[in-house]
Amino acid sequence: MIRYTVGRLVSLCLSLIVASMVIFTVVEVVPGDPAAYMLGVNARPDTVAALRAELGLDVPKIERYLDWTAGMLQGDFGRSYTYRTPVSQMILDRMVVSLPLALLALALTVIIAFPAGIYAASRRGKLGDAGVMGATQLGVAVPNFWFAMILVLVFAVHLRWVSAGGFPGWGNGIWPGIKALILPAVALALPQAAILARVMRSSLLDMLGEDFIRTARAKGLSRRQALWRHAIRNALIPVLTIIGLQFSFLLAGGIVIEQIFYLPGLGRLIFQAISARDLIVVESVVMLLVGLVIIVNFAVDLAYALVDPRLRIRA
Amino acid sequence: MSLPRTLILGAFLTALFLGGALLSFVWTPYDIELLDIPNRLHAPDAVNWLGTDHLGRDILSMIMMGARTSIAVALLAVGIGMGIGVPLGLTAAARRGSLLDEVIMRGNDLIFAFPSLVIAILITAVFGAGAANAIIAIGIFNIPVFARVTRGAALSFWSRDFILAARVAGKNKARISVEHILPNIANLLIVQGTIQFSLGILAEAALSYIGLGAQPPTASWGRMLADAQTLAALAPHVALIPGLAIVLMVLGLNLMGDGLRDLLDPRIRVART
Repeated sequence: MIRYTVGRLVSLCLSLIVASMVIFTVVEVVPGDPAAYMLGVNARPDTVAALRAELGLDVPKIERYLDWTAGMLQGDFGRSYTYRTPVSQMILDRMVVSLPLALLALALTVIIAFPAGIYAASRRGKLGDAGVMGATQLGVAVPNFWFAMILVLVFAVHLRWVSAGGFPGWGNGIWPGIKALILPAVALALPQAAILARVMRSSLLDMLGEDFIRTARAKGLSRRQALWRHAIRNALIPVLTIIGLQFSFLLAGGIVIEQIFYLPGLGRLIFQAISARDLIVVESVVMLLVGLVIIVNFAVDLAYALVDPRLRIRA
Repeated sequence: MSLPRTLILGAFLTALFLGGALLSFVWTPYDIELLDIPNRLHAPDAVNWLGTDHLGRDILSMIMMGARTSIAVALLAVGIGMGIGVPLGLTAAARRGSLLDEVIMRGNDLIFAFPSLVIAILITAVFGAGAANAIIAIGIFNIPVFARVTRGAALSFWSRDFILAARVAGKNKARISVEHILPNIANLLIVQGTIQFSLGILAEAALSYIGLGAQPPTASWGRMLADAQTLAALAPHVALIPGLAIVLMVLGLNLMGDGLRDLLDPRIRVART
């Protein structure tokens, strides 16, 4: 287990380093100098040069890359070019919206998908199975931002149960905040729940064909008992991988959904940063999203190895 | 052998949109560059079958033009994914366990860590918004998908007797990959291609919705929805119709993919996440 963990850890670090190099290189080839952009076309060259020096754009790229990465390791993402405030603070302010949104959506995904998948598997080939599969087929095809618009139309405009957008902040208590996030979370969760329900169903059906289920049935368990006591636990392994992938998808997918509900999350931040050429903010937010994906995948790998000893040897 | 019902329904829906897109090259009910403000936001009727939008343009005509954009972007993105991913996967399988295999697969993992939306945002930050950049972004996202599927399927063939026979006959690995492995995994690639095509349609819609995809005056379903957002309460059809177009097109492709998989080989399994 220790050897396996160390191996995964080395590959985790390598991935993070390569990802940071890719992001830095891609963003740094941007045509146009942020300093010149901020000062407009009539700026005098010496003013531009002074701003470049102030923003630290005059040092060689390799040095800036090292500064950026070394800073990130200490939680310092540098200073925004446009707002002159620490990027880490800006990200933190937005994370209190984006992270709860992703977590809420993930919880909804699991709450919808597990019963649906288990129900479909236990009714294989019957009407209930066909119904769930048809619904998931539709769920996968629905764009989440369109579903969000329909939700707003029904629940905010017609029924007036919730507001159509905006975020009151967590200062006024937990409930108003959750209420503002519930529609966006449902919109994000539905297509993901459809995918997860399908994975849950097929994984369970694979398990139900295994020998140990036949053994359990032979010793007198009913189909239902065999399913609940033996199949579900084993079927969870592939389901966990998908959940890991989905978390990162929900976090990134929030970028679009946040636009619809006017939520002040990471998505809004990154769009503002792009239009203002605030490259350091773009780099840092993208690095954060990609880094989270890599770390979540690492955690899923470890969780597997903990559950299933065979995986440690294979790796 | 009778065709699976899902295949027929899926092929019908796909053909409907493909036909509409092709037809739009020669004919649309109305010219979409023709603004008719007094006639804006009309509900569907006998004159404008799907109604008019906020500028009085015919929505059916815009859906047809938008189908063209969606299909072109998604198809080219699948082309990029296959064109680069399949050779990479074949190479990795042919040199299984080598350093090259390791580099290709780790590179794949790395690209997988970039959600397609994030790739698109990066590319847009650098080169600006546009259909071409949407194609590149979705295409990059497709590369590791095809590389993985190809490698996995190709590996299962390398141990087979007919491959061994080809090696004994003196063919090198590259030639075996192209002449013997590729034809055997073509079915699988077609099915995966259908799935990536449908994901590409969804991705294109999301990108053009947030303004990173096709730019005006090119019609696109995602931008029709973005335009409709503030008007949805006044005239629901402007928001419902483009969304339904996306759903039906994606549903059609998915059903066709499922049906093709059942038809071509009931045993093959395609990664779909």
